[in-house]
Amino acid sequence: MSGEPVPLRVAVLAGGLSLEREVSLRSGRRVAEALGDRGHQVTRLDLDEGLVDRLVDADVDACYLALHGKAGEDGTIQSLLELLGLPYTGPDAVASAIAWDKVVCKGLLARAGLATPDWVAVSSDAIQDMGAAGALDRVSDRLGSALVVKPAQGGASMGVRRAQAGEDLSGALVTAFSYHDVVLIERFVAGTEVAVSVVDGAPLPAVEIVPRAGTYDFAARYTHGATEFFSPARLDEAALDRCREIAVEAYRIVGCRDVSRADLMVDADGNPWLLELDTCPGMTETSLLPMAAQAGGWDFSVLCERIVRLAAERRRPAHA
Amino acid sequence: MSEIQLDRYRARYAQRTRGMTASEIRALFAVASRPEVVFLAGGMPYTAGLDFDAVSEVTESVIRDVGATALQYGGGQGLPELREGLVDVMAAEDIAAHADDLVITSGGQQGLDLVAKLFCDPGDVVLVEGPSYVGALGAFSAYQAAVMHVAMDDEGLVPEALEQTLQWLVETGRTAKFLYTVPNHQNPAGVSLSTPRRERVLEVAARFDLLVVEDNPYGLLDFKGELRPALRSLAPERVMYVGTLSKVFSPGIRIGWVAAEGPVRDKLVLLKEAADLCHSNLTQYIAQRWLATQPWFEHVVRSRETYRERCEALLDALSSEMPAGCSWSAPAGGFFIWMKLPEGIDARELLARAIRARVAYVPGQAFYADGGGGDHLRLSFGYSTAEQIREGVRRLAKVTRSELELVRALRVGGRSSAPPP
Repeated sequence: MSGEPVPLRVAVLAGGLSLEREVSLRSGRRVAEALGDRGHQVTRLDLDEGLVDRLVDADVDACYLALHGKAGEDGTIQSLLELLGLPYTGPDAVASAIAWDKVVCKGLLARAGLATPDWVAVSSDAIQDMGAAGALDRVSDRLGSALVVKPAQGGASMGVRRAQAGEDLSGALVTAFSYHDVVLIERFVAGTEVAVSVVDGAPLPAVEIVPRAGTYDFAARYTHGATEFFSPARLDEAALDRCREIAVEAYRIVGCRDVSRADLMVDADGNPWLLELDTCPGMTETSLLPMAAQAGGWDFSVLCERIVRLAAERRRPAHA
Repeated sequence: MSEIQLDRYRARYAQRTRGMTASEIRALFAVASRPEVVFLAGGMPYTAGLDFDAVSEVTESVIRDVGATALQYGGGQGLPELREGLVDVMAAEDIAAHADDLVITSGGQQGLDLVAKLFCDPGDVVLVEGPSYVGALGAFSAYQAAVMHVAMDDEGLVPEALEQTLQWLVETGRTAKFLYTVPNHQNPAGVSLSTPRRERVLEVAARFDLLVVEDNPYGLLDFKGELRPALRSLAPERVMYVGTLSKVFSPGIRIGWVAAEGPVRDKLVLLKEAADLCHSNLTQYIAQRWLATQPWFEHVVRSRETYRERCEALLDALSSEMPAGCSWSAPAGGFFIWMKLPEGIDARELLARAIRARVAYVPGQAFYADGGGGDHLRLSFGYSTAEQIREGVRRLAKVTRSELELVRALRVGGRSSAPPP
């Protein structure tokens, strides 16, 4: 067989009620336009009470999940689409739920022997009902004084703060608890930040991240030009190899599918530390996965096409 | 080189765009606009209360009767017939004006932009109330003005504080280009400048030869219909007046105006032409006919009754729901309540928790150019129904209580482990 591949009917799901709605809408618009340009029949859907009816009516070959945040990444939408028998991009509900919770995901990866900075998880219940605040000064004994405080669930660097033990840890905890009731206090690793995206099990070129203001926070992520990016990353081959291995290992251990992005910090000794694993990486103009794809020679629409084809191939024979 | 250029224009941007970055807070408002979230954030008026048959009729008549003109370019100063109509709107507040004093702008916001463009070089000092309208802060900072806040209390701007600030500026060899004030039902503080203070503020302004920009979107929205003397009426030679139809008719129609003396008016016309040639003739005609043929003041009276009911619902709900340590302004009109949070709670930090609980407000920091205001938040009662407002406050009270418990627990824990004093 030869010739043009058959165009697909694709629903691009974006938006929802998560705190990352804005970023998701940006990703979704871009993916929908790229797939439309490639001749696919694209329907854009937000997550609301009419979703199931519209999904059933649309009768699509695949759903592209451009959802970030709760309900889109935690297995909720994945379970629903499985029930409806609709193939979708990204991992199944179980892998989504594992990757979505940083405490679970880091624990799983650490147990498998991947290097991830040591951490302590604290819940607001423990603070309020068990006097956990009194134990916070032990954090520095274990993790050192330079810390990163982040909500255990959520992305886009929302609610993430650097903190020094004994100084501004309480303030950083209050911020992070605003986003989720469990918070991760992590040892801060200084070094070179890189992201390694994986598509269908194979790594794309690493992208090095150098925020001009020093921290890769929300503004640094979503303002064009606020961060310098380099691909290939300016690291030696051994460190880059190790980063790629970790990214692919993490993809395999968690049970990712189609696509993932591992965020790593390579310390002064050249050792990579896995910071986070994202199973539904951003697809905005300033996102890392599209940059990695570009560096690997695929333009954005080719990347979208690859991902959506992987999902469409999983369509149940009964629907064929 | 392996650098990926995401913004190849970066080195070419003007200095004034520094600091214009993506913001987490702004991103959170994308969720806040979903119907599931009780929206106590924006200053949107109750446009659903308009008589849409009448609006349709007016719009149709414009196209039918003056279509070719309405769809054509217009003059930079704005449609003369509309300016006549706006003189009547000002007269409803006992403010005397001539149609020739007025320049039509795209909402009051463009008036603020043009005034800042006219008066502010980078580094020029502009005085504003503390807190002040977020849109004005944005307009002034776009021209790199150095914004300084002057204290307010329950009677509005404190004249003594204004005097002190001006004196301090003199002593440091500087002058302020103008004072920006919202004297009626201020956004966000919800208070009005008392009548005796109006005189005092203008006295101080005269002594220091300070210009005043009076922004008056809410003057007609006093719950009892009380009118306060406009600064413009008291000192027309010193005061530029910014008006708008956004709150009394429609923000979608984008009709605002500036009333100023001849030399300033002429410059504003030139700036308006440079910015967008002219205001939309179509919306100007619609506004003009709305004012000329419809009982617009009855709509104002009806809508302020709606706002009064909503404000009452908000005040009642706050009294019965909010934890100790919260306090708030009791507005006599307008759209806003300015609420102080219990000690230790930061409005910006609380926002994500509130939005997760499906209620949205604006953190106090938005209304300060200097990062202050974190102990306050602004609640708007213009848009949501009384029932939604009550539910929103229940949610807000719950998250405030949770935050308070958390902050206290962290403080107690921190204290127990701290060395004795």
